[in-house]
Amino acid sequence: MGGGWGVANPPEAVMTELDRKQDRAPVPAAWDYAPAPEARDLVELRDRYGLFVGGDWLEPSDVYTTIDPSSEEALAEVGQASPKEVGLAVKAARGAFDNGWSAIAPSERAKYLFRIARILQERSREFAVLESLNGGKPIRESRDVDLPLAAAHFFYYAGWADKLEYAFPNRKPRPIGVAGQIVPWNFPLLMLAWKIAPALAAGNTVVLKPAETTPLSALLFADVLRQAELPPGVVNIVTGDGRTGAALVKHDDIDKIAFTGSTEVGKSIQRELAGTGKKLTLELGGKAANVIFDDAALDQAVEGIVNGIYFNQGHVCCAGSRLLVQESIYEPLIGKLKRRLETLRVGDPLDKNTDVGAINSRQQLEKITELVASGEEEGAEIYQPPCRLPEKGYWFAPTVFTNVAQSYRIAQEEIFGPVLSVLTFRTPDEAVEKANNTPYGLSAGVWTEKGSRILAMAQKLRAGVIWANTYNRFDPASPFGGYRESGFGREGGRHGLEPYLEFD
Amino acid sequence: MAKAPVLAGFELPLEPRLPRIGSVDAVAVEERAATLAKRSIKREAKLFALDLAVRMIDLTTLEGSDTPGKVSGLSSKAIRPDPADLTVPSVAAVCVYPNLVPTAVERTRGTSVKVASVATAFPSGQAPTPVKVAEVRDVVEMGADEVDMVIDRGAFLSGRYAKVYDEIVQVKEAAGDAHVKVILETGELGTYDNVRRASLLAIAGGADFIKTSTGKLPSSATLPVTLVMLEAIRDVYEETGRRVGMKAAGGIRQAKQAVQYLVQLHETLGPEWLTPDLYRLGASTLLNDVLMQIRKEKTGRYQSPDYFTVD
Amino acid sequence: MSRLPVKKTYKLYIGGEFPRSESGRTFEAEGANVARGSRKDIRDAVRAARAAFPKWAALTAYNRGQVVYRIAEMLESRRSEFADLSTGVKEVDRSIDRLVWYAGWADKLPQILGSSNPVAGPYFNFTVPEPTGVVGILAPDEPPLAGLVSRVAPAIVGGNTTVVVASETHPLAAVELAEVLATSDVPGGVVNLLTGQRDELAPWLAGHMDVNALDLAGADGQSKELEELAAENVKRVVRGAADDQSPWEIASFLELKTVWHPIGV
Repeated sequence: MGGGWGVANPPEAVMTELDRKQDRAPVPAAWDYAPAPEARDLVELRDRYGLFVGGDWLEPSDVYTTIDPSSEEALAEVGQASPKEVGLAVKAARGAFDNGWSAIAPSERAKYLFRIARILQERSREFAVLESLNGGKPIRESRDVDLPLAAAHFFYYAGWADKLEYAFPNRKPRPIGVAGQIVPWNFPLLMLAWKIAPALAAGNTVVLKPAETTPLSALLFADVLRQAELPPGVVNIVTGDGRTGAALVKHDDIDKIAFTGSTEVGKSIQRELAGTGKKLTLELGGKAANVIFDDAALDQAVEGIVNGIYFNQGHVCCAGSRLLVQESIYEPLIGKLKRRLETLRVGDPLDKNTDVGAINSRQQLEKITELVASGEEEGAEIYQPPCRLPEKGYWFAPTVFTNVAQSYRIAQEEIFGPVLSVLTFRTPDEAVEKANNTPYGLSAGVWTEKGSRILAMAQKLRAGVIWANTYNRFDPASPFGGYRESGFGREGGRHGLEPYLEFD
Repeated sequence: MAKAPVLAGFELPLEPRLPRIGSVDAVAVEERAATLAKRSIKREAKLFALDLAVRMIDLTTLEGSDTPGKVSGLSSKAIRPDPADLTVPSVAAVCVYPNLVPTAVERTRGTSVKVASVATAFPSGQAPTPVKVAEVRDVVEMGADEVDMVIDRGAFLSGRYAKVYDEIVQVKEAAGDAHVKVILETGELGTYDNVRRASLLAIAGGADFIKTSTGKLPSSATLPVTLVMLEAIRDVYEETGRRVGMKAAGGIRQAKQAVQYLVQLHETLGPEWLTPDLYRLGASTLLNDVLMQIRKEKTGRYQSPDYFTVD
Repeated sequence: MSRLPVKKTYKLYIGGEFPRSESGRTFEAEGANVARGSRKDIRDAVRAARAAFPKWAALTAYNRGQVVYRIAEMLESRRSEFADLSTGVKEVDRSIDRLVWYAGWADKLPQILGSSNPVAGPYFNFTVPEPTGVVGILAPDEPPLAGLVSRVAPAIVGGNTTVVVASETHPLAAVELAEVLATSDVPGGVVNLLTGQRDELAPWLAGHMDVNALDLAGADGQSKELEELAAENVKRVVRGAADDQSPWEIASFLELKTVWHPIGV
């Protein structure tokens, strides 16, 4: 068994009694699943993409190449938007806001968003392939999680567009104007949906900058807007690296910035906006504790742990990167976890059987490698299931560290990779103390069959999202966001509208 | 095998002596089963699975109207499922009612196909224990290699676990060398927690195999239920080294489902468990669908049922 | 030579199918013979609605919202036909937009109606709305299409199933709407539409012991008698607005359930 590309020395074939009776040759005892690739030609890539401004494609002054991180193959050239070009996008957004979008009947705004949702559903497979190609995540995840949720976000917020007075009774909600939105590379299209849907539902117009390494799904999204006949300038998409983002943040005519990304960059944005009066929401990093009590449904808890840290290669702000196990079940749980890791298939993101895909960039791979090395140096014990990783592309094997102390870097710093740090606790109070001992506060997990304990832990854990007997569950109706250095503001639910509205 | 314990006073509950009984989270187990079912198995990997599926089938007929004629035909099919393709192997066993055991034994003599008989007042199990145990002795005497017994669900659901346990122990004793499959009738147990408890109880009683269903209820084997059972089997194996087998029966009609069950087995227990000695599929119509899929893989064409023999 | 058109047969819509009235009767309305439903048709319709209820109520709110949105999609594609059967295109557009409006409430109303309640003790206490069950609706006569849509949409968005007695003066719009429903992924039995004589059918619906709520929007003079019949099994009686939209219209067919659970290690 072991990784998707087989183990170095497969176990010996076994001859059963029946085989002998039937005089058959022994069947190899390993069952290698044949490659099951999703059709890549579902997506038509252009050689070069411009910037989507005012409903049209603007030829960029500078370009860079975006790649497939599983093979380092170049996919396309995309624009590196300059401050001037960012300015044009903001101008288009402002024009669209002043000349119509905010004045269109809310029920008509809703219908545009419903159209976008339906088109995303129709083109779901095409987008899923592109997302895996450009980002490295397994097609099973982009197909079954990213795309359905992205469409659902548009569908959900479409319904609020003409019901704002019910969402905020007696507060007279009004749109704020032009929102600048910067999204990360871990869920490119989904994060775009989390940003654009509520902003548009509330009557705003938008300039969105996708992450440097994952621009393509946002650029394809522009085609969805064309099919939906969204008025030009309502959504503008400018690609580029951190400089483009900085230009957007600094721009005078932006009324609000929404940022999802690292805590470090989030802080610099907050500093930049100080004194400007611009509204800001931040969704930053995390170091979530996944707490397993001794009365948890063990096999399902193991699934939750695995889903918590290896889903999307651990490139998840709310990943359950710290496992807090009650000492009384430490041995059986860790045993089950390590055996479960052996069935994770690391490989080609476009293969339908892949569980763990590629690391998104060389940069991220270096960061993960450095932190993992620090873990070993500081004295933690490392475990990685056997898997053959390819030569090209960015890969990291699923990793578990045991014997981790609270003070180790791997227990404090966000790794943002498929690396789990395991610590123990004896009592619920100790679990709470350790779980809360972090400057972050995005999410936490609790596993126990006892209802009152779930509610007690939920009350005491300082995190914006608490998953009990499950992990990494998202829904457009469910507000998401962090405490403390994990950011402020909520996305999803009725509360997700608030950052995009002004009230009398 | 342990003798049936007589509960004298306050006995330690089964829990410290067995892997922790614990609970099962229904939502999570259904999700895990669904994710495993998404595996895409193609080409050589698929042929391997289909061939294995045939070798794991207990070809079954359990009707009031069964006759020696019917069982003869079934046995021939079991030995040589596809006359047009002799590379297709025999199935594991035929599974019949006690009265048809002699015919089945006669018609499978000298082949690798085993004879499994249901017993213990199948399918309800609602008969006095001595009658059920005597039935087991009878079918073994008639030549059955395997005995598929049912647990007393009435006793289980009313909390009389010791009675359920005792019956299994007695059946195992009466079966002698024949191997015993214990049918839990998971469709009647109500919760996954109960499926896990019943699995561990059956294994403690001496089961060689635990089996999902009689096939006589509308709800039978499902992927989440078999996953729960495999996890119980895994816990016993981890703790004691003892390998107990699993039979998924009832409601498995399509080759695609059979492959999903095998994927689940593969990823829960490992490749060493991919053998008819440790896994069976109780089915009747499944066989022809698997044969159709095998031929489709070999020829590249979708098949028609007309080209495959009926029993 | 002018071509002879093939005329439609106007039937009932029960359990996702189009049967004639078991009584074999018809009446003439809007220039056509329209099925005249009987008490036995009402009986069958309630049975179909009850059978469809558990699954419809158990769908995720998102799913229900999408189905109602699809009704709008199907109605939009038949815009001109319905214009002829109602007061015109404006009414049809209003009906389509109303469906879209209600579709958007499915996964939001619990966030407005429900709550977590700060009780004075170590308990987590929350209130959630749930559909009441089978809703009997007397459709208003005016407006012919928008009236019907305005009463059916809020009931089904909340997860209820319905038995509707269509307007006696404008039954054709109702039958055509049934065709739209049949092509909109709405499961059979969620909406059952009966044409016929309202005076004859309403009391059977109002007095049916397996109907949970009654919408008297189209009652028109018979109300007192119907309300008395409804009291037999304590039906929730609602007089819905014939041509309006509001989340409280949905709420009128919802029950509120409050749950307590201790908080403690």
